[in-house]
Amino acid sequence: MISLKSVSHSYAGQKDIGFSDWQINDGEQWLLLGESGSGKTTLLHILTGILKPKQGEVNINDTSIYGLSSKDLDQFRGRNIGIIFQRPHLIKSLSISENLVLAQSFAKLPTDLKRVNAVLDSLGIENKKNAYPDELSQGQLQRVSIARAVINKPALLIADEPTSSLDDKNAKVVLDLLMQQSGANQATLVVATHDKRVKDAFNNTYELS
Amino acid sequence: MSPLKISWKSLWSKPLSSALNIMLIAFGTGILTILLLASNQIAQKLDNNSKDIDLVVGAKGSPLQLILSSIYYIDFPTGNIPLKEATALARSPFVKRAVPLALGDNYNGTRIVGTDSNFVGIYKLKVQSGKFWDKDFETTIGSGVAESQKLKIGDTFYGAHGLTGNSDVHKSHKYTVSGILEPQGNVTDNLILTNIASVWKMHDEHEEGEAHEHKDGEAHEHKEAEAHEHKEGESHPKDEHSDEGKELTSLLIQYRSPMSVAMFPRMVNETTNMQAASPAQESTRLFSLIGVGVETLQWFAVLIMLIAAISVFVNLYNSLKERKYDLAIMRTLGASRGKLFLIVIAEGIILTLAGTIIGIVLGHLALQFIGNYQESSQARLSGLIFLKDEIYLFVAGLAIGIFAAIIPAIQAYRSNISRILSKN
Repeated sequence: MISLKSVSHSYAGQKDIGFSDWQINDGEQWLLLGESGSGKTTLLHILTGILKPKQGEVNINDTSIYGLSSKDLDQFRGRNIGIIFQRPHLIKSLSISENLVLAQSFAKLPTDLKRVNAVLDSLGIENKKNAYPDELSQGQLQRVSIARAVINKPALLIADEPTSSLDDKNAKVVLDLLMQQSGANQATLVVATHDKRVKDAFNNTYELS
Repeated sequence: MSPLKISWKSLWSKPLSSALNIMLIAFGTGILTILLLASNQIAQKLDNNSKDIDLVVGAKGSPLQLILSSIYYIDFPTGNIPLKEATALARSPFVKRAVPLALGDNYNGTRIVGTDSNFVGIYKLKVQSGKFWDKDFETTIGSGVAESQKLKIGDTFYGAHGLTGNSDVHKSHKYTVSGILEPQGNVTDNLILTNIASVWKMHDEHEEGEAHEHKDGEAHEHKEAEAHEHKEGESHPKDEHSDEGKELTSLLIQYRSPMSVAMFPRMVNETTNMQAASPAQESTRLFSLIGVGVETLQWFAVLIMLIAAISVFVNLYNSLKERKYDLAIMRTLGASRGKLFLIVIAEGIILTLAGTIIGIVLGHLALQFIGNYQESSQARLSGLIFLKDEIYLFVAGLAIGIFAAIIPAIQAYRSNISRILSKN
């Protein structure tokens, strides 16, 4: 269970942005809607333990994440939160499977190549595991970044504008993959977007005004 | 996956700039290695050759030249000294041991040294096969000579006048090899030793054209007898030639007690027509002359290392700008600030350590190469000797790596990932 309680944040010299309380139950799939500049990224960063809010509390599975030390928070994030960015951003000097192993080792989990292969297989890119990011297409890279986000079976899977740079067909594919992966890994899914195309797929919506 | 492996992979993804950095550091380290090895080996050779010799007495002239010719057998001798005066000095109470030297001939560039059994004592020589020279024209040769001139016991050869070249061969007598020395690791490996009388007789024959009575097999007292004729700009007083008695090139002296240091050289320089030179002093002087060049090269190498350090810094700094996002992603995957710091520092250290190792290997190879092409076998340098001091080169490499990487590493440590991620 993930909960957001009386959280507000402000950047230096700007006025406070307040976020209404939010409770996400295990296995739910949520859409985080908001126009550009509405604080969507800020909220995502707060939710993932990247940005400490000025006020308020974020709990993930009974852990108040901003009560952790910086090092513990990094490790907690590595094990419990999978993030998919708008663009894939893989480590160019490492092969696809090494990129996934990297995620395991940063979370201080043992290297599990079976899991790596299984995840790549479920996303249909197992044949690319020894390739380097330069050799893959944009669509394939997006799949690898989804694989990297779910490799450690996180409790929370967060995607930031995963479809905004894709055409209708690919947006649908990526969205399906996200739904399918969060289901397969029993992860709670939060997709942040201003893309109206994905609206219909979700029952739960958190809207930023 | 360890931070080291991540750093290693990251360097391999930019092979050209990594190679450039490694080359710069290898070049600087290589020069330092060559300087370190060469100056160490030269100093050791200087020490080895003059270990038990406290003083050299010879004809007046440059003391450095006297040392070079009588201890290292490199330069020309300064002239000759009368045997009578040399004998008187050798009997002085200050002197424990005096070794007479008569130079002047060579065989294919190897010097023939007329001396006596004191020479064996002062250099602690042993024969490897055969025996020490005994009769006239018997020789005992250094191990290096046996090897390079392909001489063995029983072989005969003619000496030639002068210190190099064989234009003026003494055909009247031939030398016989009667013994070969054990390798000594000093200058005696490259000498041909015989008795003084042989050198004198060789030159008796040589100067037969000049009118004087010559009775074979007799101790000669003719005025022109000279162990050596090279005067190298020295103008000997005319009356030296009219002195009665034979001449020597120089006398190697071992003191009886440390007290002699203060008294003996002054006595020689003030009361006789000869000069006394201390191998230790002259070696130091020689080294300080070479030292200027060595120091310049050293600064040059340090400058290259500095440029290398800056180049590694710029490389890491620029790559950090490109990789800011990569590093932020690593943080979201669970890597701590400390881990990012390690990854960046490790890149710097890998670059400089690789450069240092390659530089040290190159330095050794280069010195071995130089040694192979050196003409003078007395001062041959070897690249196969390793020194403890080379550890300092490693330490320096490590320090440069840390120095160049510390600022980028701190930046990686401090980076605000939320800001980096939200910019894209």
